[in-house]
Amino acid sequence: MSVAVAAERRADASARLLAPIDTPLPRRRRADLLAEIEASGLTGRGGAAFPTSVKLAAAARTRNAVVVANGTEGEPASWKDKVLLAENPHLVVDGAMVAARIVGARRLLFAVGRENRTVRKRLERALAQRSDGFEWFLETVPDRFVAGEESALVNHLNGGPAKPTMQKPYQRGVLVQNVETLANLGLIARYGADWFRERGTADEPGTVLVTVLGAVRSPGVAEVELGTPMRDVLQRFGGLSALPQAVLVGGYFGTWVRGHDALELPLADAALKPLGAALGARSIVVLPQDACGLAESARVARYLAEESAGQCGPCLFGLAAMADALETLDVDRLRRLAPQVSGRGACAHPNGATRFVASAVDVFADEIARHRAGRCTGSARSQVLPLGASREWR
Amino acid sequence: MEMRMKLRVNPILCDGYGHCAELLPELVELDEWGYPIMPREPVRRSLAPAARHAVKMCPRLALSLEKSER
Amino acid sequence: MRSLNNPIIWYLMRGSGVVTLILFTIVVVLGIATTRRFGTARLPRFVTLGVHRSVSLLAVVFLGIHIATALADSYAKVSLAQALLPLPSAKYGLWLGMGALSFDLLAAVIVTSLLRHRMSQRVWKGVHWLAYASWPLALAHSVGIGTDKAAGWFLDTGVACAGLIAATLAWRLLALRNPYPKYLGAAS
Repeated sequence: MSVAVAAERRADASARLLAPIDTPLPRRRRADLLAEIEASGLTGRGGAAFPTSVKLAAAARTRNAVVVANGTEGEPASWKDKVLLAENPHLVVDGAMVAARIVGARRLLFAVGRENRTVRKRLERALAQRSDGFEWFLETVPDRFVAGEESALVNHLNGGPAKPTMQKPYQRGVLVQNVETLANLGLIARYGADWFRERGTADEPGTVLVTVLGAVRSPGVAEVELGTPMRDVLQRFGGLSALPQAVLVGGYFGTWVRGHDALELPLADAALKPLGAALGARSIVVLPQDACGLAESARVARYLAEESAGQCGPCLFGLAAMADALETLDVDRLRRLAPQVSGRGACAHPNGATRFVASAVDVFADEIARHRAGRCTGSARSQVLPLGASREWR
Repeated sequence: MEMRMKLRVNPILCDGYGHCAELLPELVELDEWGYPIMPREPVRRSLAPAARHAVKMCPRLALSLEKSER
Repeated sequence: MRSLNNPIIWYLMRGSGVVTLILFTIVVVLGIATTRRFGTARLPRFVTLGVHRSVSLLAVVFLGIHIATALADSYAKVSLAQALLPLPSAKYGLWLGMGALSFDLLAAVIVTSLLRHRMSQRVWKGVHWLAYASWPLALAHSVGIGTDKAAGWFLDTGVACAGLIAATLAWRLLALRNPYPKYLGAAS
């Protein structure tokens, strides 16, 4: 996958985040902007879905605030931030400026993954064209799974390894926002909360960028209204190229949903919650019938174990034990491990990994039985779920 | 509203020395890798001195007692 | 300080020196045992650490006697500066200075440990590693200073202490073979 492929224009005249900007960013007062963002109901687009206005208000109360635009996207199954930064960097920069105006920051840091040079170059070029009275910095970050976690990112920006810390950035006046969230700020500042709420659902307003991989004809990234039924979402990607066995919703901290359940689901947390799933960073991977969900999940579980920062015992040892247990089909052990692992680290990594493994065991229960009988569904050569390869922390 | 103390561990500092489980066996158990599992309930008053002692004696100073309103 | 010519002072100085060396050997062994998560049902880990701390404070007391008597003794002719700073001396060459340096490093370790709660883990640990320099200096000082070199028993004591530490270190290094860096035989 390359950014160019992922960003292939899909016919959508109503694009917002990926549409070229046609008006300058208006100068508005802090209080106005904050009120507009609160009215919009915008939530974080990085995966945690925290109300953005609340985060901004908290950071605005500190002195010497700094804004960090988080475009690191350490999730291998997600390409939306890279595409946004490559295709519409100025909108992200606008959003960073809006955030800076609200929290009273004069410094803006843009963080992107080290490996993708296209993204870095395009963002660099866009920043060079701006002279809006702020101090800009562009930093590259190792492409590790946890490097995008707020405190890990700030740790790296401060010269340390890209590993999470106990102190969270907002406690020190550092506002970390996902680049898609910032892009939305750039739009809301121009067009207002009502305009923003015209799309999406009442509880989950707006449009989002989704990454769809796997058994679709044209995998990549597209902008979609929240609440759109999954079938229609997949149509934007050329439709299914094979019958879906299951769909991974929310990336590698997400959950598997059975194929027949998935197609009718609206793309909204309200619909996913009863299934124990969440949108997260809106990475969707369609697993075809001829792939082995268990093998794919075991590979990801091992990857997640290797991506542990290794700072907390229960995560370092627990994730490795879970990967072992999944490979050996020891379901009982997995059940016993879950409470020893989840919630006992400094960040959400062990929690997400536990959730992912638990959902794999649930959805692929039949496959487990098949493997125990010496058979396997998988006949596909290629691997569906991509993994990262970086081993650096600094 | 009664102020109770909750025993918390900093999982990054914690290195699995296990002294807390020895000093406070009523509240702390070790997982299979030697790391302490914190009690869910607040520390009852009779155990407060022992809990404070465990916090002081942790080789990594990873333990703390935090006020929680329960 | 008034110089005292009493041979008791001389023997007290040497005796307290030997005891100090033995006690610090025990302190180092217990410190390594703490890192190694050593504990049994009868000897819990927190006791290993507790005895490590207590014995180190006891050793400081004996070290204090050792230094005070050395300063007081008219035959030893040690000045305050020579006792506390690593200076060469005409009478003792470098051997006295080694003792002084050993003391300096130890003082840093003890003070930072008493104030452990006020500093970062990294600072405390960095200073604590100086113990691995302090102990060999203490041994070299004891053996090289010449006051008991001739006596076989002292050399035996020195060798025994060194052997004990070497063995404990080997036991510690064995744990490094375990692939998990944090797991030093914790759970049992």
